[in-house]
Amino acid sequence: MTASSATVATPRAGLMARIVGTPSVGPLLVLLVFGTIFALTNPRFLASQNLSIILQQTVIIGTLAIGQTLIILTAGIDLAVGAIAVLGTIIAGKLVANGYDPVLSMAFAVLVCTAAGAAAGGLISGLKLPPFIVTLGILGILTAALRLISAGGAFPVRDAFLGWTGNSVKPFGFVVTYGVMIMLLLYAVVWYLLNETKWGRHVYAIGNNPEAARLVGIPVRRHLLSVYVLAGFLYGIGAWLALGRIPNADPNSLQTANLDSITAVVIGGTSLFGGRGGLVGTLIGALIVGVLRNGLTLAGIDPLWQDLVTGVLVIVAVALDQMSRRRR
Amino acid sequence: MSLAPAARDATRGEVVLEARNITKHYGHLVALDGVDFELRAGEILAVVGDNGAGKSTLIKALTGAVRPDSGEILLDGQPVHFKGPLDARQRGIETVYQDLAVAPALDIASNLFLGRERRRGGIMGTVFRRLDKPGMRAEAERSMAELKFRLPSINSPVETLSGGQRQGVAVARAAVFARKLVIMDEPTAALGVRETGQVLELIKTIRDRGLPVVLISHNMPNVFELADRIHIMRLGRRAGVVSPKTHSMADVVAIMTGAVEI
Repeated sequence: MTASSATVATPRAGLMARIVGTPSVGPLLVLLVFGTIFALTNPRFLASQNLSIILQQTVIIGTLAIGQTLIILTAGIDLAVGAIAVLGTIIAGKLVANGYDPVLSMAFAVLVCTAAGAAAGGLISGLKLPPFIVTLGILGILTAALRLISAGGAFPVRDAFLGWTGNSVKPFGFVVTYGVMIMLLLYAVVWYLLNETKWGRHVYAIGNNPEAARLVGIPVRRHLLSVYVLAGFLYGIGAWLALGRIPNADPNSLQTANLDSITAVVIGGTSLFGGRGGLVGTLIGALIVGVLRNGLTLAGIDPLWQDLVTGVLVIVAVALDQMSRRRR
Repeated sequence: MSLAPAARDATRGEVVLEARNITKHYGHLVALDGVDFELRAGEILAVVGDNGAGKSTLIKALTGAVRPDSGEILLDGQPVHFKGPLDARQRGIETVYQDLAVAPALDIASNLFLGRERRRGGIMGTVFRRLDKPGMRAEAERSMAELKFRLPSINSPVETLSGGQRQGVAVARAAVFARKLVIMDEPTAALGVRETGQVLELIKTIRDRGLPVVLISHNMPNVFELADRIHIMRLGRRAGVVSPKTHSMADVVAIMTGAVEI
Protein backbone atom coordinates (compact mmCIF):
# COMPACT_ATOMS: atom_id res chain seq x y z
CA MET A 1 0.00 0.00 0.00
CA THR A 2 1.34 3.40 -0.89
CA ALA A 3 1.05 6.49 1.21
CA SER A 4 -1.40 8.16 -1.13
CA SER A 5 -3.91 5.32 -0.97
CA ALA A 6 -3.58 5.29 2.80
CA THR A 7 -4.51 8.94 3.05
CA VAL A 8 -7.87 8.52 1.29
CA ALA A 9 -10.66 8.47 3.84
CA THR A 10 -14.09 7.19 2.95
CA PRO A 11 -16.35 10.21 2.37
CA ARG A 12 -19.18 9.02 4.58
CA ALA A 13 -17.01 8.34 7.61
CA GLY A 14 -15.31 11.65 6.90
CA LEU A 15 -18.57 13.59 6.94
CA MET A 16 -19.82 11.96 10.13
CA ALA A 17 -16.46 12.46 11.82
CA ARG A 18 -16.42 16.05 10.71
CA ILE A 19 -19.84 16.78 12.20
CA VAL A 20 -19.03 15.11 15.50
CA GLY A 21 -15.52 16.49 15.51
CA THR A 22 -16.53 20.08 14.81
CA PRO A 23 -15.95 21.89 18.07
CA SER A 24 -18.96 24.21 17.71
CA VAL A 25 -21.55 21.40 17.62
CA GLY A 26 -21.63 21.00 21.41
CA PRO A 27 -22.18 24.72 22.12
CA LEU A 28 -24.82 24.88 19.37
CA LEU A 29 -26.73 22.04 21.05
CA VAL A 30 -26.51 23.83 24.41
CA LEU A 31 -27.87 27.00 22.78
CA LEU A 32 -30.74 25.07 21.18
CA VAL A 33 -31.58 23.31 24.46
CA PHE A 34 -31.71 26.58 26.42
CA GLY A 35 -33.65 28.24 23.60
CA THR A 36 -36.19 25.41 23.51
CA ILE A 37 -36.69 25.43 27.29
CA PHE A 38 -37.25 29.19 27.36
CA ALA A 39 -39.52 29.07 24.29
CA LEU A 40 -41.69 26.36 25.83
CA THR A 41 -41.96 28.04 29.21
CA ASN A 42 -42.53 31.56 27.98
CA PRO A 43 -44.29 32.46 24.72
CA ARG A 44 -42.72 35.94 24.76
CA PHE A 45 -39.24 34.49 24.40
CA LEU A 46 -39.50 33.76 20.68
CA ALA A 47 -41.20 37.07 19.83
CA SER A 48 -39.12 38.84 17.20
CA GLN A 49 -38.88 41.88 19.47
CA ASN A 50 -37.33 39.76 22.19
CA LEU A 51 -34.93 37.97 19.83
CA SER A 52 -33.80 41.37 18.60
CA ILE A 53 -33.20 42.45 22.19
CA ILE A 54 -31.13 39.33 22.88
CA LEU A 55 -28.92 40.20 19.91
CA GLN A 56 -28.54 43.78 21.13
CA GLN A 57 -27.70 42.58 24.61
CA THR A 58 -25.05 40.29 23.13
CA VAL A 59 -23.32 43.07 21.20
CA ILE A 60 -20.87 44.31 23.84
CA ILE A 61 -19.84 40.97 25.32
CA GLY A 62 -19.90 39.41 21.87
CA THR A 63 -17.45 42.00 20.54
CA LEU A 64 -15.16 41.91 23.56
CA ALA A 65 -15.19 38.11 23.33
CA ILE A 66 -13.56 38.30 19.87
CA GLY A 67 -10.45 39.83 21.39
CA GLN A 68 -10.65 37.47 24.35
CA THR A 69 -10.79 34.50 21.94
CA LEU A 70 -7.64 35.61 20.15
CA ILE A 71 -5.78 35.97 23.44
CA ILE A 72 -7.03 32.68 24.88
CA LEU A 73 -6.01 30.92 21.65
CA THR A 74 -2.43 31.97 22.40
CA ALA A 75 -2.82 30.33 25.84
CA GLY A 76 -3.21 33.74 27.47
CA ILE A 77 -6.12 35.41 29.22
CA ASP A 78 -7.31 39.01 29.40
CA LEU A 79 -8.73 40.25 32.69
CA ALA A 80 -8.60 43.90 31.63
CA VAL A 81 -11.07 43.55 28.75
CA GLY A 82 -13.96 45.34 30.48
CA ALA A 83 -11.76 48.05 31.97
CA ILE A 84 -10.17 48.85 28.60
CA ALA A 85 -13.59 49.17 26.94
CA VAL A 86 -14.82 51.43 29.77
CA LEU A 87 -11.69 53.52 29.32
CA GLY A 88 -12.73 53.97 25.68
CA THR A 89 -16.24 55.14 26.60
CA ILE A 90 -14.96 57.62 29.18
CA ILE A 91 -12.25 59.10 26.96
CA ALA A 92 -14.65 59.53 24.05
CA GLY A 93 -17.34 60.95 26.34
CA LYS A 94 -14.99 63.39 28.08
CA LEU A 95 -13.49 64.66 24.83
CA VAL A 96 -16.88 65.26 23.24
CA ALA A 97 -18.13 66.94 26.42
CA ASN A 98 -15.14 69.29 26.10
CA GLY A 99 -16.17 70.22 22.59
CA TYR A 100 -13.90 68.04 20.48
CA ASP A 101 -15.02 66.53 17.20
CA PRO A 102 -16.96 63.32 17.98
CA VAL A 103 -15.44 61.24 15.16
CA LEU A 104 -11.91 62.24 16.13
CA SER A 105 -12.71 61.72 19.81
CA MET A 106 -13.97 58.19 19.20
CA ALA A 107 -10.98 57.45 16.95
CA PHE A 108 -8.66 58.67 19.68
CA ALA A 109 -10.48 56.52 22.25
CA VAL A 110 -10.07 53.45 20.02
CA LEU A 111 -6.40 54.35 19.66
CA VAL A 112 -5.97 54.52 23.44
CA CYS A 113 -7.64 51.11 23.81
CA THR A 114 -5.30 49.73 21.15
CA ALA A 115 -2.37 51.22 23.05
CA ALA A 116 -3.61 49.56 26.25
CA GLY A 117 -3.65 46.24 24.39
CA ALA A 118 -0.16 46.98 23.08
CA ALA A 119 1.06 47.72 26.61
CA ALA A 120 -0.30 44.39 27.85
CA GLY A 121 1.13 42.57 24.84
CA GLY A 122 4.49 44.30 25.22
CA LEU A 123 4.83 43.27 28.85
CA ILE A 124 3.71 39.72 28.09
CA SER A 125 5.82 39.13 25.00
CA GLY A 126 8.78 41.37 25.80
CA LEU A 127 9.29 40.68 29.49
CA LYS A 128 7.71 37.21 29.30
CA LEU A 129 5.35 37.99 32.17
CA PRO A 130 2.27 35.78 32.64
CA PRO A 131 -0.82 37.24 30.88
CA PHE A 132 -2.94 36.60 33.97
CA ILE A 133 -0.78 38.85 36.16
CA VAL A 134 -0.18 41.55 33.54
CA THR A 135 -3.86 41.99 32.70
CA LEU A 136 -4.83 41.78 36.37
CA GLY A 137 -2.36 44.61 37.02
CA ILE A 138 -3.75 46.64 34.13
CA LEU A 139 -7.26 46.04 35.48
CA GLY A 140 -6.18 47.47 38.84
CA ILE A 141 -4.45 50.46 37.28
CA LEU A 142 -7.36 51.25 34.96
CA THR A 143 -10.00 50.84 37.64
CA ALA A 144 -8.27 53.47 39.74
CA ALA A 145 -7.44 55.69 36.76
CA LEU A 146 -11.02 55.62 35.49
CA ARG A 147 -12.35 56.82 38.83
CA LEU A 148 -9.78 59.62 38.86
CA ILE A 149 -10.51 60.72 35.27
CA SER A 150 -14.27 60.70 35.71
CA ALA A 151 -14.04 62.09 39.25
CA GLY A 152 -15.84 59.03 40.52
CA GLY A 153 -19.12 59.45 38.74
CA ALA A 154 -20.95 58.44 35.61
CA PHE A 155 -21.96 61.06 33.09
CA PRO A 156 -24.36 60.98 30.14
CA VAL A 157 -22.96 60.99 26.60
CA ARG A 158 -25.33 62.79 24.27
CA ASP A 159 -23.83 62.77 20.82
CA ALA A 160 -25.28 61.52 17.57
CA PHE A 161 -22.08 59.90 16.37
CA LEU A 162 -21.10 58.26 19.66
CA GLY A 163 -24.61 56.84 19.93
CA TRP A 164 -24.89 56.01 16.22
CA THR A 165 -24.46 52.26 16.64
CA GLY A 166 -27.72 52.18 18.60
CA ASN A 167 -29.67 53.15 15.48
CA SER A 168 -31.41 50.37 13.66
CA VAL A 169 -32.99 49.16 10.48
CA LYS A 170 -36.14 47.07 10.37
CA PRO A 171 -36.11 44.48 7.61
CA PHE A 172 -39.38 42.47 7.82
CA GLY A 173 -40.18 44.13 11.14
CA PHE A 174 -37.09 42.64 12.81
CA VAL A 175 -35.06 45.34 14.52
CA VAL A 176 -31.35 45.13 13.79
CA THR A 177 -29.10 47.82 15.24
CA TYR A 178 -25.96 49.00 13.47
CA GLY A 179 -24.14 47.71 16.53
CA VAL A 180 -25.33 44.16 15.83
CA MET A 181 -24.24 44.48 12.22
CA ILE A 182 -20.83 45.81 13.21
CA MET A 183 -20.35 42.96 15.68
CA LEU A 184 -21.24 40.36 13.05
CA LEU A 185 -18.93 42.06 10.56
CA LEU A 186 -16.09 41.94 13.08
CA TYR A 187 -16.74 38.24 13.64
CA ALA A 188 -16.59 37.63 9.89
CA VAL A 189 -13.37 39.59 9.39
CA VAL A 190 -11.52 38.12 12.36
CA TRP A 191 -12.80 34.62 11.48
CA TYR A 192 -11.24 35.06 8.06
CA LEU A 193 -7.97 36.22 9.60
CA LEU A 194 -7.90 33.23 11.95
CA ASN A 195 -8.87 30.56 9.46
CA GLU A 196 -7.71 31.69 6.09
CA THR A 197 -4.45 33.55 6.67
CA LYS A 198 -0.96 32.76 7.80
CA TRP A 199 -1.39 35.16 10.72
CA GLY A 200 -4.27 33.09 12.11
CA ARG A 201 -2.53 29.81 11.60
CA HIS A 202 0.45 31.11 13.55
CA VAL A 203 -1.86 32.20 16.38
CA TYR A 204 -2.95 28.56 16.69
CA ALA A 205 0.62 27.28 16.39
CA ILE A 206 1.87 29.59 19.16
CA GLY A 207 -0.98 28.57 21.47
CA ASN A 208 -0.36 24.94 20.68
CA ASN A 209 3.40 24.67 20.98
CA PRO A 210 5.32 27.96 21.24
CA GLU A 211 8.67 26.16 21.08
CA ALA A 212 7.75 24.42 17.82
CA ALA A 213 6.49 27.74 16.47
CA ARG A 214 9.84 29.36 17.30
CA LEU A 215 11.78 26.48 15.74
CA VAL A 216 9.96 26.78 12.42
CA GLY A 217 10.88 30.46 12.32
CA ILE A 218 7.66 32.16 13.46
CA PRO A 219 8.56 35.42 15.27
CA VAL A 220 6.64 34.36 18.37
CA ARG A 221 7.03 37.53 20.44
CA ARG A 222 6.10 39.90 17.65
CA HIS A 223 3.13 37.71 16.78
CA LEU A 224 1.91 37.68 20.38
CA LEU A 225 2.18 41.46 20.48
CA SER A 226 0.10 41.74 17.31
CA VAL A 227 -2.63 39.61 18.92
CA TYR A 228 -2.87 41.92 21.95
CA VAL A 229 -2.82 45.03 19.75
CA LEU A 230 -5.69 43.69 17.63
CA ALA A 231 -7.59 42.69 20.79
CA GLY A 232 -7.14 46.24 22.17
CA PHE A 233 -8.48 47.68 18.92
CA LEU A 234 -11.52 45.40 19.12
CA TYR A 235 -12.14 46.52 22.73
CA GLY A 236 -12.08 50.10 21.44
CA ILE A 237 -14.78 49.27 18.90
CA GLY A 238 -16.58 47.54 21.77
CA ALA A 239 -16.52 50.86 23.63
CA TRP A 240 -18.23 52.57 20.70
CA LEU A 241 -20.88 49.83 20.56
CA ALA A 242 -21.37 50.18 24.33
CA LEU A 243 -22.12 53.90 23.93
CA GLY A 244 -24.70 52.98 21.29
CA ARG A 245 -26.39 50.61 23.73
CA ILE A 246 -26.37 52.92 26.76
CA PRO A 247 -25.49 56.60 26.20
CA ASN A 248 -23.65 56.83 29.46
CA ALA A 249 -19.98 56.72 30.44
CA ASP A 250 -19.72 54.98 33.78
CA PRO A 251 -16.45 53.93 35.43
CA ASN A 252 -18.37 51.23 37.28
CA SER A 253 -19.96 49.65 34.21
CA LEU A 254 -18.99 46.41 32.46
CA GLN A 255 -17.74 44.88 35.68
CA THR A 256 -18.95 41.44 34.69
CA ALA A 257 -17.40 41.76 31.22
CA ASN A 258 -14.32 39.75 32.20
CA LEU A 259 -16.32 36.78 33.43
CA ASP A 260 -18.89 37.08 30.65
CA SER A 261 -16.37 37.29 27.81
CA ILE A 262 -14.30 34.43 29.18
CA THR A 263 -17.54 32.47 29.63
CA ALA A 264 -18.53 33.08 26.01
CA VAL A 265 -15.10 31.92 24.80
CA VAL A 266 -14.94 28.85 27.03
CA ILE A 267 -18.55 27.72 26.53
CA GLY A 268 -17.87 28.22 22.84
CA GLY A 269 -15.35 25.39 23.02
CA THR A 270 -12.06 27.28 22.97
CA SER A 271 -9.50 25.71 25.25
CA LEU A 272 -8.01 27.81 28.05
CA PHE A 273 -4.76 25.95 27.37
CA GLY A 274 -4.53 27.58 23.95
CA GLY A 275 -4.37 26.49 20.34
CA ARG A 276 -7.84 24.95 20.08
CA GLY A 277 -11.21 26.45 19.34
CA GLY A 278 -12.41 29.36 17.28
CA LEU A 279 -14.72 32.26 16.71
CA VAL A 280 -17.84 30.41 15.58
CA GLY A 281 -17.93 28.79 19.01
CA THR A 282 -17.40 32.14 20.71
CA LEU A 283 -20.32 33.75 18.86
CA ILE A 284 -22.52 30.83 19.94
CA GLY A 285 -21.10 31.09 23.46
CA ALA A 286 -21.91 34.81 23.60
CA LEU A 287 -25.44 34.03 22.41
CA ILE A 288 -25.76 31.36 25.10
CA VAL A 289 -24.87 33.94 27.75
CA GLY A 290 -27.33 36.39 26.17
CA VAL A 291 -30.15 33.84 25.89
CA LEU A 292 -29.58 32.67 29.44
CA ARG A 293 -29.68 36.14 30.94
CA ASN A 294 -32.68 37.12 28.84
CA GLY A 295 -34.62 33.91 29.47
CA LEU A 296 -34.04 34.03 33.21
CA THR A 297 -35.05 37.69 33.31
CA LEU A 298 -38.26 36.91 31.40
CA ALA A 299 -38.97 34.17 33.92
CA GLY A 300 -38.64 36.77 36.66
CA ILE A 301 -35.58 35.20 38.24
CA ASP A 302 -33.23 37.35 40.32
CA PRO A 303 -30.18 38.54 38.30
CA LEU A 304 -27.90 37.07 40.98
CA TRP A 305 -29.02 33.63 39.82
CA GLN A 306 -27.91 34.55 36.29
CA ASP A 307 -24.37 35.12 37.51
CA LEU A 308 -24.54 31.87 39.42
CA VAL A 309 -25.70 29.89 36.38
CA THR A 310 -23.03 31.57 34.21
CA GLY A 311 -20.37 30.60 36.75
CA VAL A 312 -21.56 26.99 36.75
CA LEU A 313 -21.51 26.92 32.94
CA VAL A 314 -17.90 28.12 32.81
CA ILE A 315 -16.76 25.46 35.23
CA VAL A 316 -18.61 22.72 33.33
CA ALA A 317 -17.11 23.90 30.03
CA VAL A 318 -13.58 23.99 31.44
CA ALA A 319 -14.06 20.56 33.02
CA LEU A 320 -15.16 19.13 29.66
CA ASP A 321 -12.11 20.66 27.98
CA GLN A 322 -9.80 19.26 30.64
CA MET A 323 -11.35 15.80 30.28
CA SER A 324 -10.96 15.79 26.52
CA ARG A 325 -7.33 16.87 26.95
CA ARG A 326 -6.61 13.96 29.26
CA ARG A 327 -7.97 11.58 26.68
CA ARG A 328 -5.55 12.92 24.07
CA MET B 1 8.78 22.86 -2.84
CA SER B 2 10.57 19.95 -4.39
CA LEU B 3 12.33 17.07 -2.80
CA ALA B 4 16.08 17.23 -2.81
CA PRO B 5 17.00 19.15 -5.91
CA ALA B 6 20.58 18.68 -4.70
CA ALA B 7 20.29 15.12 -5.88
CA ARG B 8 20.09 16.04 -9.51
CA ASP B 9 23.40 17.78 -9.93
CA ALA B 10 25.44 16.28 -7.13
CA THR B 11 27.50 13.24 -7.82
CA ARG B 12 28.17 10.99 -4.90
CA GLY B 13 31.25 11.97 -2.99
CA GLU B 14 31.29 15.73 -3.59
CA VAL B 15 31.64 17.68 -0.36
CA VAL B 16 28.44 19.55 0.46
CA LEU B 17 29.23 20.98 3.88
CA GLU B 18 32.70 21.39 5.25
CA ALA B 19 34.17 22.84 8.42
CA ARG B 20 37.88 23.56 8.86
CA ASN B 21 39.70 23.97 12.12
CA ILE B 22 36.70 25.26 14.09
CA THR B 23 37.30 26.40 17.67
CA LYS B 24 34.83 27.51 20.28
CA HIS B 25 35.52 28.47 23.87
CA TYR B 26 33.02 29.04 26.64
CA GLY B 27 35.13 30.97 29.14
CA HIS B 28 37.95 28.62 30.06
CA LEU B 29 36.12 25.63 28.69
CA VAL B 30 37.25 24.49 25.26
CA ALA B 31 34.21 23.03 23.51
CA LEU B 32 35.72 22.75 20.05
CA ASP B 33 39.48 22.50 19.66
CA GLY B 34 40.12 22.78 15.95
CA VAL B 35 37.57 20.33 14.62
CA ASP B 36 37.25 19.41 10.95
CA PHE B 37 34.06 18.12 9.40
CA GLU B 38 32.89 17.10 5.98
CA LEU B 39 29.58 15.89 4.68
CA ARG B 40 29.47 14.40 1.19
CA ALA B 41 26.60 14.32 -1.25
CA GLY B 42 24.24 11.40 -0.97
CA GLU B 43 25.45 10.07 2.36
CA ILE B 44 24.24 9.65 5.90
CA LEU B 45 27.06 10.84 8.13
CA ALA B 46 26.64 9.86 11.77
CA VAL B 47 28.26 12.07 14.40
CA VAL B 48 29.03 10.20 17.60
CA GLY B 49 30.96 11.05 20.73
CA ASP B 50 30.84 10.88 24.47
CA ASN B 51 28.97 13.54 26.44
CA GLY B 52 31.03 16.74 26.35
CA ALA B 53 33.03 15.65 23.31
CA GLY B 54 31.72 18.65 21.38
CA LYS B 55 28.98 17.05 19.28
CA SER B 56 26.28 19.56 20.08
CA THR B 57 28.57 22.57 19.81
CA LEU B 58 29.75 21.36 16.40
CA ILE B 59 26.19 20.91 15.22
CA LYS B 60 25.19 24.29 16.62
CA ALA B 61 28.08 25.88 14.70
CA LEU B 62 26.94 24.14 11.51
CA THR B 63 23.32 25.26 11.95
CA GLY B 64 24.17 28.84 12.88
CA ALA B 65 23.01 28.53 16.49
CA VAL B 66 26.55 29.21 17.72
CA ARG B 67 29.23 31.40 16.17
CA PRO B 68 32.66 29.75 16.17
CA ASP B 69 35.64 31.69 17.56
CA SER B 70 37.76 30.74 14.58
CA GLY B 71 37.83 28.43 11.59
CA GLU B 72 35.71 28.38 8.49
CA ILE B 73 32.57 26.74 7.24
CA LEU B 74 32.03 26.06 3.55
CA LEU B 75 28.75 25.22 1.90
CA ASP B 76 29.22 23.79 -1.61
CA GLY B 77 32.79 25.04 -1.45
CA GLN B 78 31.79 28.63 -0.68
CA PRO B 79 32.71 30.14 2.72
CA VAL B 80 29.60 31.00 4.75
CA HIS B 81 29.03 32.87 8.00
CA PHE B 82 25.66 32.00 9.46
CA LYS B 83 24.11 34.84 11.44
CA GLY B 84 21.59 32.51 13.07
CA PRO B 85 19.54 29.35 12.59
CA LEU B 86 17.19 31.18 10.23
CA ASP B 87 20.12 32.18 8.06
CA ALA B 88 21.32 28.57 7.82
CA ARG B 89 17.81 27.47 6.94
CA GLN B 90 17.53 30.05 4.21
CA ARG B 91 20.66 28.55 2.69
CA GLY B 92 19.02 25.13 2.57
CA ILE B 93 20.07 23.52 5.85
CA GLU B 94 17.15 22.07 7.83
CA THR B 95 17.38 20.71 11.37
CA VAL B 96 15.19 18.12 13.12
CA TYR B 97 15.18 18.13 16.90
CA GLN B 98 14.76 15.35 19.40
CA ASP B 99 11.60 16.73 20.99
CA LEU B 100 8.67 16.63 18.65
CA ALA B 101 8.56 20.08 17.12
CA VAL B 102 4.99 19.98 15.88
CA ALA B 103 1.78 21.80 16.72
CA PRO B 104 -0.46 18.92 17.88
CA ALA B 105 -3.86 20.48 17.19
CA LEU B 106 -2.98 21.46 13.62
CA ASP B 107 -3.33 18.92 10.83
CA ILE B 108 -0.48 17.22 9.01
CA ALA B 109 -0.51 19.53 6.01
CA SER B 110 -0.53 22.63 8.25
CA ASN B 111 2.40 21.28 10.23
CA LEU B 112 4.34 20.44 7.10
CA PHE B 113 3.96 24.01 5.89
CA LEU B 114 4.17 25.69 9.30
CA GLY B 115 6.11 28.94 8.96
CA ARG B 116 6.21 28.53 5.17
CA GLU B 117 2.55 28.78 4.30
CA ARG B 118 1.64 29.47 0.73
CA ARG B 119 -0.93 31.95 -0.45
CA ARG B 120 -3.35 31.65 -3.32
CA GLY B 121 -2.59 33.24 -6.62
CA GLY B 122 -4.26 36.38 -7.90
CA ILE B 123 -6.06 39.00 -5.89
CA MET B 124 -7.15 36.54 -3.16
CA GLY B 125 -3.53 35.96 -2.31
CA THR B 126 -1.96 39.36 -2.80
CA VAL B 127 -4.71 41.54 -1.33
CA PHE B 128 -6.68 39.19 0.93
CA ARG B 129 -3.65 37.08 1.95
CA ARG B 130 -5.71 33.92 1.62
CA LEU B 131 -3.91 30.64 2.29
CA ASP B 132 -3.76 28.10 -0.49
CA LYS B 133 -5.10 25.25 1.64
CA PRO B 134 -6.04 22.84 -1.19
CA GLY B 135 -2.67 23.42 -2.85
CA MET B 136 -0.75 22.81 0.36
CA ARG B 137 -2.76 19.67 1.11
CA ALA B 138 -2.14 18.23 -2.34
CA GLU B 139 1.54 19.05 -2.07
CA ALA B 140 1.73 17.48 1.40
CA GLU B 141 0.06 14.29 0.16
CA ARG B 142 2.45 14.11 -2.76
CA SER B 143 5.52 14.60 -0.56
CA MET B 144 4.44 12.00 1.96
CA ALA B 145 3.80 9.56 -0.89
CA GLU B 146 7.24 10.29 -2.37
CA LEU B 147 8.83 9.69 1.01
CA LYS B 148 6.81 6.45 1.28
CA PHE B 149 5.68 7.50 4.73
CA ARG B 150 2.27 6.14 5.60
CA LEU B 151 -0.12 8.39 7.46
CA PRO B 152 -3.85 8.61 7.99
CA SER B 153 -5.68 11.47 6.25
CA ILE B 154 -3.53 14.53 5.67
CA ASN B 155 -6.33 16.52 7.34
CA SER B 156 -6.10 14.70 10.65
CA PRO B 157 -4.64 16.61 13.58
CA VAL B 158 -1.10 15.57 14.43
CA GLU B 159 -2.19 14.71 17.99
CA THR B 160 -4.12 11.73 16.62
CA LEU B 161 -0.85 10.21 15.31
CA SER B 162 1.59 7.95 17.09
CA GLY B 163 4.91 9.37 18.31
CA GLY B 164 6.74 7.83 15.36
CA GLN B 165 4.30 9.31 12.88
CA ARG B 166 4.58 12.71 14.54
CA GLN B 167 8.34 12.67 14.34
CA GLY B 168 7.88 11.45 10.76
CA VAL B 169 5.98 14.67 10.04
CA ALA B 170 8.85 16.73 11.54
CA VAL B 171 11.45 14.79 9.54
CA ALA B 172 9.39 15.05 6.36
CA ARG B 173 9.06 18.80 6.86
CA ALA B 174 12.83 19.12 7.00
CA ALA B 175 13.33 16.84 4.01
CA VAL B 176 10.78 18.66 1.91
CA PHE B 177 12.23 22.12 2.50
CA ALA B 178 15.95 21.37 2.75
CA ARG B 179 17.75 22.26 -0.45
CA LYS B 180 21.24 21.19 0.67
CA LEU B 181 21.14 18.89 3.67
CA VAL B 182 19.25 17.80 6.77
CA ILE B 183 20.70 17.70 10.27
CA MET B 184 18.97 15.39 12.72
CA ASP B 185 19.74 15.77 16.40
CA GLU B 186 18.80 12.51 18.16
CA PRO B 187 15.62 12.20 16.09
CA THR B 188 14.54 8.91 17.66
CA ALA B 189 15.56 9.51 21.28
CA ALA B 190 11.95 10.02 22.39
CA LEU B 191 10.55 7.05 20.47
CA GLY B 192 9.86 3.36 21.10
CA VAL B 193 11.52 0.56 19.12
CA ARG B 194 8.86 0.09 16.46
CA GLU B 195 8.37 3.81 16.02
CA THR B 196 12.13 4.29 15.75
CA GLY B 197 12.06 1.80 12.87
CA GLN B 198 9.52 3.93 10.95
CA VAL B 199 11.66 7.02 11.31
CA LEU B 200 14.89 5.20 10.36
CA GLU B 201 13.22 4.00 7.16
CA LEU B 202 12.20 7.57 6.43
CA ILE B 203 15.78 8.81 6.93
CA LYS B 204 17.04 6.16 4.50
CA THR B 205 14.47 7.20 1.93
CA ILE B 206 15.62 10.80 2.27
CA ARG B 207 19.24 9.77 1.68
CA ASP B 208 18.26 7.59 -1.26
CA ARG B 209 16.50 10.54 -2.82
CA GLY B 210 19.84 12.30 -2.76
CA LEU B 211 19.65 14.63 0.24
CA PRO B 212 22.67 14.18 2.53
CA VAL B 213 21.89 13.69 6.21
CA VAL B 214 23.91 14.44 9.34
CA LEU B 215 22.69 12.15 12.11
CA ILE B 216 23.63 12.82 15.71
CA SER B 217 22.88 9.75 17.79
CA HIS B 218 23.81 7.92 20.96
CA ASN B 219 22.25 4.76 19.67
CA MET B 220 25.08 2.67 18.16
CA PRO B 221 22.85 0.01 16.54
CA ASN B 222 20.90 2.79 14.80
CA VAL B 223 24.12 4.45 13.71
CA PHE B 224 25.45 1.20 12.28
CA GLU B 225 22.19 0.46 10.52
CA LEU B 226 21.99 3.84 8.82
CA ALA B 227 25.34 5.54 8.49
CA ASP B 228 27.57 5.48 5.43
CA ARG B 229 30.38 7.04 7.44
CA ILE B 230 30.82 7.74 11.13
CA HIS B 231 32.44 10.96 12.37
CA ILE B 232 33.82 10.37 15.88
CA MET B 233 34.26 13.33 18.25
CA ARG B 234 36.68 13.29 21.14
CA LEU B 235 37.80 16.24 23.30
CA GLY B 236 36.56 18.86 20.86
CA ARG B 237 38.30 17.32 17.86
CA ARG B 238 37.54 14.83 15.16
CA ALA B 239 39.15 11.64 16.42
CA GLY B 240 38.47 9.95 13.11
CA VAL B 241 36.01 9.07 10.40
CA VAL B 242 35.32 5.37 9.88
CA SER B 243 33.06 3.22 7.79
CA PRO B 244 30.63 0.83 9.51
CA LYS B 245 31.71 -1.74 6.94
CA THR B 246 35.33 -1.80 8.10
CA HIS B 247 34.91 -1.03 11.79
CA SER B 248 32.85 -2.63 14.55
CA MET B 249 30.89 -0.93 17.28
CA ALA B 250 33.67 -1.85 19.68
CA ASP B 251 36.20 -0.08 17.44
CA VAL B 252 34.08 3.05 17.38
CA VAL B 253 33.65 3.05 21.14
CA ALA B 254 37.38 2.54 21.57
CA ILE B 255 38.13 5.58 19.39
CA MET B 256 35.44 7.59 21.20
CA THR B 257 37.00 6.91 24.58
CA GLY B 258 40.59 7.33 23.44
CA ALA B 259 41.53 3.68 23.97
CA VAL B 260 42.53 3.54 20.29
CA GLU B 261 43.86 6.33 18.13
CA ILE B 262 43.69 6.43 14.38
